[in-house]
Amino acid sequence: MTNYMKLELAAISENEGFARSAVAAFALTLNPSLTELSDIKTAVSEAVTNCVVHAYKGGENACVIIECRAEKTEAGGILHIAIADRGCGIEDVDKALTPFFTTLSDEERSGMGFTIMQTFMHEFSVESAKGKGTTVRMCKKIGMPETEKERLNA
Amino acid sequence: MKICAQKKGNILYIRLVGELDEHNAALARKEADRLADENAQIERAVFDLSEVSFMDSTGIGFLIGRYKKFHRYGVPVSVTNPSVATDRILCMSGIYTLMSKI
Repeated sequence: MTNYMKLELAAISENEGFARSAVAAFALTLNPSLTELSDIKTAVSEAVTNCVVHAYKGGENACVIIECRAEKTEAGGILHIAIADRGCGIEDVDKALTPFFTTLSDEERSGMGFTIMQTFMHEFSVESAKGKGTTVRMCKKIGMPETEKERLNA
Repeated sequence: MKICAQKKGNILYIRLVGELDEHNAALARKEADRLADENAQIERAVFDLSEVSFMDSTGIGFLIGRYKKFHRYGVPVSVTNPSVATDRILCMSGIYTLMSKI
Protein backbone atom coordinates (compact mmCIF):
# COMPACT_ATOMS: atom_id res chain seq x y z
CA MET A 1 0.00 0.00 0.00
CA THR A 2 1.31 3.45 -0.86
CA ASN A 3 0.33 6.57 1.02
CA TYR A 4 0.74 9.97 -0.62
CA MET A 5 0.78 13.69 0.15
CA LYS A 6 1.41 16.91 -1.74
CA LEU A 7 2.10 20.25 -0.14
CA GLU A 8 2.56 23.60 -1.84
CA LEU A 9 3.73 26.51 0.24
CA ALA A 10 5.23 29.98 -0.10
CA ALA A 11 9.03 29.90 -0.44
CA ILE A 12 9.65 32.00 2.66
CA SER A 13 11.88 31.19 5.61
CA GLU A 14 8.95 31.11 8.07
CA ASN A 15 7.81 27.92 6.34
CA GLU A 16 11.06 25.97 6.78
CA GLY A 17 10.04 24.63 10.19
CA PHE A 18 6.52 23.83 9.03
CA ALA A 19 7.79 21.97 5.93
CA ARG A 20 10.16 19.66 7.82
CA SER A 21 7.59 19.01 10.57
CA ALA A 22 4.89 18.18 7.99
CA VAL A 23 7.11 15.65 6.22
CA ALA A 24 8.16 14.17 9.57
CA ALA A 25 4.50 13.81 10.60
CA PHE A 26 3.73 12.08 7.29
CA ALA A 27 6.71 9.74 7.78
CA LEU A 28 5.30 8.58 11.14
CA THR A 29 3.00 6.15 9.31
CA LEU A 30 6.16 4.12 8.54
CA ASN A 31 7.10 3.98 12.23
CA PRO A 32 10.62 5.45 11.90
CA SER A 33 13.20 5.57 14.70
CA LEU A 34 14.09 8.95 16.20
CA THR A 35 17.36 8.97 14.26
CA GLU A 36 15.58 8.24 10.98
CA LEU A 37 13.08 10.99 11.71
CA SER A 38 15.84 13.44 12.53
CA ASP A 39 17.67 12.56 9.27
CA ILE A 40 14.48 13.19 7.27
CA LYS A 41 13.81 16.54 8.97
CA THR A 42 17.36 17.73 8.37
CA ALA A 43 17.38 16.72 4.68
CA VAL A 44 13.99 18.36 4.06
CA SER A 45 15.12 21.50 5.86
CA GLU A 46 18.20 21.71 3.61
CA ALA A 47 16.18 21.30 0.41
CA VAL A 48 13.49 23.80 1.42
CA THR A 49 16.12 26.32 2.58
CA ASN A 50 17.72 26.06 -0.87
CA CYS A 51 14.36 26.95 -2.47
CA VAL A 52 13.95 29.92 -0.11
CA VAL A 53 17.51 31.23 -0.37
CA HIS A 54 18.59 30.43 -3.92
CA ALA A 55 15.66 29.66 -6.23
CA TYR A 56 13.80 32.97 -6.29
CA LYS A 57 15.44 36.36 -6.33
CA GLY A 58 12.57 38.09 -4.59
CA GLY A 59 10.15 37.36 -7.45
CA GLU A 60 6.37 36.96 -7.17
CA ASN A 61 4.67 33.59 -6.64
CA ALA A 62 7.70 31.98 -5.05
CA CYS A 63 6.59 28.52 -3.98
CA VAL A 64 7.93 25.16 -2.86
CA ILE A 65 6.16 21.96 -3.84
CA ILE A 66 6.74 18.92 -1.64
CA GLU A 67 5.50 15.49 -2.62
CA CYS A 68 5.91 12.39 -0.48
CA ARG A 69 5.10 8.74 -0.94
CA ALA A 70 5.24 6.26 1.89
CA GLU A 71 5.74 2.73 0.69
CA LYS A 72 5.31 -0.05 3.23
CA THR A 73 7.69 -2.97 2.93
CA GLU A 74 8.30 -6.11 4.99
CA ALA A 75 11.22 -4.51 6.81
CA GLY A 76 9.43 -1.22 7.45
CA GLY A 77 9.09 1.14 4.56
CA ILE A 78 10.53 3.58 2.10
CA LEU A 79 9.80 7.29 2.18
CA HIS A 80 10.12 9.00 -1.22
CA ILE A 81 10.38 12.79 -1.13
CA ALA A 82 10.45 15.26 -4.03
CA ILE A 83 11.03 18.95 -3.29
CA ALA A 84 10.62 21.29 -6.24
CA ASP A 85 10.67 24.99 -7.03
CA ARG A 86 9.90 26.99 -10.17
CA GLY A 87 12.85 29.30 -9.67
CA CYS A 88 16.04 30.21 -11.50
CA GLY A 89 17.56 26.72 -11.70
CA ILE A 90 21.13 25.71 -10.90
CA GLU A 91 23.80 26.73 -13.39
CA ASP A 92 26.18 23.86 -12.68
CA VAL A 93 24.70 20.99 -10.66
CA ASP A 94 28.00 19.09 -10.27
CA LYS A 95 29.63 22.17 -8.83
CA ALA A 96 26.67 22.82 -6.52
CA LEU A 97 27.04 19.27 -5.13
CA THR A 98 30.68 19.85 -4.17
CA PRO A 99 31.03 20.01 -0.37
CA PHE A 100 31.56 23.59 0.89
CA PHE A 101 30.72 25.14 -2.49
CA THR A 102 28.38 28.12 -2.15
CA THR A 103 27.39 30.99 -4.43
CA LEU A 104 26.73 33.15 -1.35
CA SER A 105 30.00 32.94 0.56
CA ASP A 106 29.60 36.40 2.12
CA GLU A 107 26.31 35.38 3.77
CA GLU A 108 27.74 32.76 6.14
CA ARG A 109 26.42 29.88 4.01
CA SER A 110 28.27 26.67 4.72
CA GLY A 111 27.86 25.03 1.29
CA MET A 112 27.01 21.75 3.04
CA GLY A 113 23.29 21.48 2.24
CA PHE A 114 23.50 18.96 -0.61
CA THR A 115 26.23 16.99 1.18
CA ILE A 116 23.97 16.61 4.21
CA MET A 117 21.02 15.49 2.04
CA GLN A 118 23.26 12.90 0.35
CA THR A 119 24.65 11.64 3.67
CA PHE A 120 21.37 11.43 5.57
CA MET A 121 19.23 9.86 2.83
CA HIS A 122 19.62 6.57 0.94
CA GLU A 123 18.95 7.87 -2.55
CA PHE A 124 19.40 11.38 -3.85
CA SER A 125 19.22 13.16 -7.20
CA VAL A 126 18.89 16.71 -8.51
CA GLU A 127 17.24 17.79 -11.71
CA SER A 128 17.54 21.42 -12.69
CA ALA A 129 16.76 23.54 -15.74
CA LYS A 130 17.88 27.14 -16.01
CA GLY A 131 14.95 29.51 -15.66
CA LYS A 132 12.50 26.66 -14.97
CA GLY A 133 13.40 25.35 -11.57
CA THR A 134 14.96 22.56 -9.57
CA THR A 135 13.66 19.27 -8.20
CA VAL A 136 15.46 17.31 -5.49
CA ARG A 137 14.43 13.66 -5.10
CA MET A 138 15.40 11.72 -2.02
CA CYS A 139 14.45 8.47 -0.48
CA LYS A 140 14.87 7.06 3.01
CA LYS A 141 14.59 3.43 3.93
CA ILE A 142 12.83 3.04 7.27
CA GLY A 143 13.39 0.13 9.64
CA MET A 144 16.51 -1.28 8.04
CA PRO A 145 18.22 -3.97 10.14
CA GLU A 146 21.34 -2.71 11.93
CA THR A 147 23.63 -4.95 9.86
CA GLU A 148 22.36 -3.38 6.66
CA LYS A 149 22.98 0.12 8.04
CA GLU A 150 26.53 -0.81 8.99
CA ARG A 151 27.15 -2.22 5.53
CA LEU A 152 26.00 1.07 3.98
CA ASN A 153 28.15 3.15 6.31
CA ALA A 154 31.25 1.03 5.71
CA MET B 1 15.08 30.69 19.02
CA LYS B 2 16.28 32.19 22.27
CA ILE B 3 19.79 33.08 23.40
CA CYS B 4 20.79 33.14 27.05
CA ALA B 5 24.18 34.39 28.19
CA GLN B 6 25.87 33.66 31.47
CA LYS B 7 29.35 34.51 32.68
CA LYS B 8 31.15 32.05 34.92
CA GLY B 9 34.43 33.57 35.97
CA ASN B 10 36.12 34.68 32.82
CA ILE B 11 34.18 32.38 30.51
CA LEU B 12 31.06 33.46 28.64
CA TYR B 13 28.46 30.72 28.14
CA ILE B 14 26.00 31.34 25.30
CA ARG B 15 23.07 28.95 25.45
CA LEU B 16 21.01 28.53 22.29
CA VAL B 17 17.42 27.40 22.87
CA GLY B 18 15.17 26.18 20.05
CA GLU B 19 15.56 25.33 16.37
CA LEU B 20 18.60 26.73 14.59
CA ASP B 21 17.60 27.00 10.93
CA GLU B 22 17.90 29.65 8.24
CA HIS B 23 14.84 31.49 9.53
CA ASN B 24 16.04 31.72 13.13
CA ALA B 25 19.73 32.29 12.39
CA ALA B 26 19.44 36.03 11.67
CA LEU B 27 18.24 36.82 15.18
CA ALA B 28 20.72 34.46 16.82
CA ARG B 29 23.53 36.04 14.80
CA LYS B 30 22.60 39.57 15.88
CA GLU B 31 22.31 38.63 19.54
CA ALA B 32 25.54 36.59 19.62
CA ASP B 33 27.47 39.38 17.89
CA ARG B 34 26.18 41.89 20.42
CA LEU B 35 27.45 39.59 23.20
CA ALA B 36 30.82 39.36 21.44
CA ASP B 37 31.12 43.16 21.25
CA GLU B 38 30.15 43.57 24.91
CA ASN B 39 32.49 40.84 26.17
CA ALA B 40 35.75 41.46 24.32
CA GLN B 41 37.74 40.94 27.54
CA ILE B 42 36.64 37.39 28.28
CA GLU B 43 38.96 34.41 28.12
CA ARG B 44 36.71 32.09 26.12
CA ALA B 45 33.20 31.89 24.65
CA VAL B 46 31.34 28.59 24.92
CA PHE B 47 28.24 27.86 22.84
CA ASP B 48 26.02 25.52 24.84
CA LEU B 49 23.97 23.51 22.32
CA SER B 50 22.17 21.28 24.84
CA GLU B 51 18.81 22.92 24.12
CA VAL B 52 19.09 23.09 20.34
CA SER B 53 16.21 20.83 19.34
CA PHE B 54 17.00 21.02 15.62
CA MET B 55 19.92 22.21 13.54
CA ASP B 56 20.73 22.03 9.83
CA SER B 57 23.73 23.30 7.86
CA THR B 58 22.74 26.86 8.77
CA GLY B 59 24.22 26.08 12.18
CA ILE B 60 27.63 25.42 10.62
CA GLY B 61 27.62 28.85 8.95
CA PHE B 62 26.37 30.43 12.17
CA LEU B 63 29.15 28.93 14.32
CA ILE B 64 31.92 29.71 11.80
CA GLY B 65 30.64 33.29 11.60
CA ARG B 66 30.71 33.64 15.40
CA TYR B 67 34.16 32.04 15.52
CA LYS B 68 35.39 34.80 13.19
CA LYS B 69 33.65 37.50 15.23
CA PHE B 70 35.18 36.39 18.55
CA HIS B 71 38.51 35.74 16.86
CA ARG B 72 38.78 39.46 16.06
CA TYR B 73 38.84 40.10 19.82
CA GLY B 74 41.32 37.27 20.31
CA VAL B 75 38.67 35.19 22.10
CA PRO B 76 38.69 31.43 21.42
CA VAL B 77 35.35 29.65 20.95
CA SER B 78 34.19 26.20 22.08
CA VAL B 79 30.96 24.27 21.80
CA THR B 80 29.45 22.01 24.42
CA ASN B 81 26.60 19.48 24.75
CA PRO B 82 25.51 19.03 21.12
CA SER B 83 22.82 16.37 20.59
CA VAL B 84 23.79 13.25 18.62
CA ALA B 85 22.15 14.70 15.48
CA THR B 86 23.79 18.11 15.87
CA ASP B 87 27.14 16.50 16.59
CA ARG B 88 26.94 14.47 13.36
CA ILE B 89 26.47 17.63 11.28
CA LEU B 90 29.26 19.46 13.10
CA CYS B 91 31.63 16.49 12.64
CA MET B 92 30.86 16.36 8.90
CA SER B 93 31.71 20.03 8.53
CA GLY B 94 35.12 19.68 10.19
CA ILE B 95 34.27 22.60 12.46
CA TYR B 96 35.94 20.96 15.46
CA THR B 97 39.31 21.87 13.97
CA LEU B 98 38.35 25.54 14.58
CA MET B 99 36.61 25.18 17.91
CA SER B 100 37.00 22.50 20.55
CA LYS B 101 34.13 20.45 21.91
CA ILE B 102 34.27 20.57 25.69
